[in-house]
Parts: sequence; structure tokens; C-alpha cells
Amino acid sequence: MPEGYFGDYFTFGMFAGLVVVLVGGTLLLARLVRPRVDKDEKLSTYECGVDPIGGGWTQSTVRYYIFALLFVIFDVEAVFLFPWATVFEEIGIFAFIEMMIFIAILGLGLVYAWRKKVLEWI
Amino acid sequence: MTAFVVVSVIKVFVVFGAVLGTVLFTIWLERKIVARMQSRYGPNRWGPFGLFTSLADGVKLFFKEQVSPRGIDKAAYVAAPVLALIPAFLAFAVIPFGEHVTLFGQTVTLEVTDLNVGLLWVIAMGSLAVYGVVLAGWASGSKYPLLGGIRSSAQMISYEIALSLSLVPVVVWAGTLSLREIVEAQIGTFGTIGWLPGPVQWIGHLIPKWYVVFQLPAFLLFMAAGVAETNRAPFDLPEAETELVAGYHTEYSGIKFAMFFLAEYVHIITISAVAVIMFLGGWDGPHLPFLPWMWPLMNFMGKTFTLVFLFIWLRATLPRIRYDKLMVLGWKGLIPMALGWLVVSATILTVKDAYFG
Repeated sequence: MPEGYFGDYFTFGMFAGLVVVLVGGTLLLARLVRPRVDKDEKLSTYECGVDPIGGGWTQSTVRYYIFALLFVIFDVEAVFLFPWATVFEEIGIFAFIEMMIFIAILGLGLVYAWRKKVLEWI
Repeated sequence: MTAFVVVSVIKVFVVFGAVLGTVLFTIWLERKIVARMQSRYGPNRWGPFGLFTSLADGVKLFFKEQVSPRGIDKAAYVAAPVLALIPAFLAFAVIPFGEHVTLFGQTVTLEVTDLNVGLLWVIAMGSLAVYGVVLAGWASGSKYPLLGGIRSSAQMISYEIALSLSLVPVVVWAGTLSLREIVEAQIGTFGTIGWLPGPVQWIGHLIPKWYVVFQLPAFLLFMAAGVAETNRAPFDLPEAETELVAGYHTEYSGIKFAMFFLAEYVHIITISAVAVIMFLGGWDGPHLPFLPWMWPLMNFMGKTFTLVFLFIWLRATLPRIRYDKLMVLGWKGLIPMALGWLVVSATILTVKDAYFG
């Protein structure tokens, strides 16, 4: 078991293992100790006290989906920004101009979505 | 070698226990503070000042029956609370909360591990939180959870962009993603400021080198996005009880509900800790001559709990925001502002490097 770079990940792996084991163990243990009384009324979903009407999986507006698409674009941008930011001062003016162009293009995309009224929630 | 493993084991258990204890304390603190702000007593039965109330609640929930409705998506229903809680804890693995101590002749850094991609790791784990919420909403097969889950999907991913973009300027200035190195870059004060007129040059000794001084806009953006990312009031739309009963965890009970609850508070503490590390100088602060290892820890905890108090204060003060205004604030407010501030601070740094060395 090496120290240094891989040692960091070794300790980290132990922490991850402990968390997974403890969370899983809690679930299993709770399953063993908790009471269970079956009643038909308990099996219905909550709908303000009346019997639920229709299925639970209802339709929802498509706007959520559009925001998910926009999210993918901008989150990938953030992923590109972090490595650039880390070495920003080492590369200097070239990286600065390069990234300003990149941000400008994405900013243009945001302006486009704005003008197309995609960002409006109706 | 063996000492390294032993120290690792101790660190892992201590950090896990500390996080769990801090979470239980924070839950009690919130109930107490909100109660006081509403002229109530709050929890005062178990232990001094009701300090053990969260523990008692946890034990109670542990022994409660699990009522899961007909027609759930069984696998996702069980996976959701686990997926909410595990990443919340894992994010804490890279948070440095103090300098170092000497244990068994080894220098031990006060954190689980110092990954060189620490910041990215915290952001990644924070964004995994959305899975727990969305899966819970979907798996319940019920209308209110579905609405809550789908709302939070749009909300959390929108504010996550603002959250990560507001951290990029700090990384530009620090030039590293390791949280420990970011803190070390902020330790100390500016010292004597040469370009000021003579009599006031000493004022630099009073200003700490924390990034909040020059990155105040980024700090405010981060806190605003952080409140939304943790689904806290005034941005607690996913569990808005006046319209959605309890949102995504309506159909959860017993230990599974407790897991969602724990995850929410772990996220609050993580966001506060990250804000302290990135902007408020981490463990930098006053040191007294005795117990040298304790002061960094106290500084860090003090700053973190100040921000946690801010979260609680916000909840007690502000009414819930409307959903359309929430999305407008995220996409037309925070994201353009974060991008703009990134351009501004990168420009400042480039000009500084080019003309002032």
C-alpha cells in the first residue's frame, strides 16, 4: 500500500467503503428491527386523503426537458473551464484570448436562447 | 507503511463520526434557532437544551414501519435515499478542516485525503444529489412526489451551473484545484501596501488575504446558488409543503426518510465548508500560544457554523420564491453574472501579470 499520490486514493477508497457499508448496513438493520403490519389502505399513494384518481406517473410540461438540454451545454462548458483555470497563469495571454472566444460563443448561445424566449417560464 | 494505514483508518472513522455528529447538531440548531425566531422554545426535552432531540428522532425513525405504496418502482425506490446520502458523505472526503497534527511520529493532515482534483470532486458529488431527488420522485408512482422530483431536476441542474461557474474565478486566482493549496494561498494578511499614502500603509496588516476581499461577487453568487442547490428556503420548491405536501419524499417513511433528511443537512454543511475554504480562508485566523493544533480547527468550525447559521436565518426570514421567478433568477441572473465576473477577474489577473509582474 503506497503512500503519496496513490496513498491519497487508498485512504479515499477506505472512506468510500465505510460510507457504503454503513449506509447499506443501516438499511438492512432497519429492515430487521422494524415492525410490519399489512393493511390494504396503507398501500395507496397519498392524495390529500381521498382515493387516488388515475395513475401516479402523470404528464409534465416539456419545459423541464429544454432546461435539461441547456444544462448539458453549460455544464460541459464548466468542465472545460476548470482545467483552463488551473493552468491560467502558466500559459498566459494565449490561453486568456482563447478562452474569451470560447466564453463569447457560449454567451452568444445564451443570448440566442434568451431572445428565443426559451428561458421564459410560462 | 503500517502507521500510514493505521492513521488512515483513524482518520476515516473520525471524519465520518464528526460529520454525522455535526449533522445531528445542525438539525437541533436549526430547530432551536427557527423556534426562537418565531418566539417558541423549540426542542427542550431530551438532554440539556434538547440537545439529544435529533438523536432521539433518529432512533425513533429507525424503528418505524416502512409504508411503501402499491405500484412503486421497487429498485429505484430503495436506491433513491442511498443515492442521496452516499455522495453527500463522499463529498466531505476532500474537505480540509485544519492544518496538521503529529500522530505516531507521522504528520497527519486534518482531512480524509487531499486529492489534487478536490474541488472538482466536491462539485461532482454535489451534482449527484439530483439523482436521489429525481429517482425518489419518479419511483414513488404518486403525483406530488413526481411534481417535486421533476421540479428539482430543473432547479438543481440550473443552479449547479451558476455554482460551478462562480468557483472558476477563485481557481483562476489560486491556480490549483486542491482545496488544501487553495486555503494555503489565503493565509496571512496583505502586509504593508506600498502604493497607499504613507500614514495608512499599515492598514494592509488588518486585511486578511482571503479571496472574499477581491472575489466578493463570486462569493455572493456561490452562496445564492448554494442555497438553491441544497433545496433550502427560499428556494425549497422541490418540497414546498404548501403545494406539494412534502415533494419528492412524500411516500417515504422510517429510515429512508431519515436518509433524505440527513443528506440535506450534510449538503448544507458541505456548501458552508466549501465557501469557507474557497472564500473565507479556511482555517486561517487568530492563533493563541497554547494548544497549537486546536486553533485552526476552531477557526474553521466557527466560520462554517456562521454560514450554517446564515442558511437557517434565511429559512426563518424569507418566503418561498415562485417557480418562474426562480428559473428566471437562475438563467437570466446568476449564470450571466457568473460568466461576466469570470471574464472580469481573468482580465484583471492577465493585466496584473502583464504590467505588474
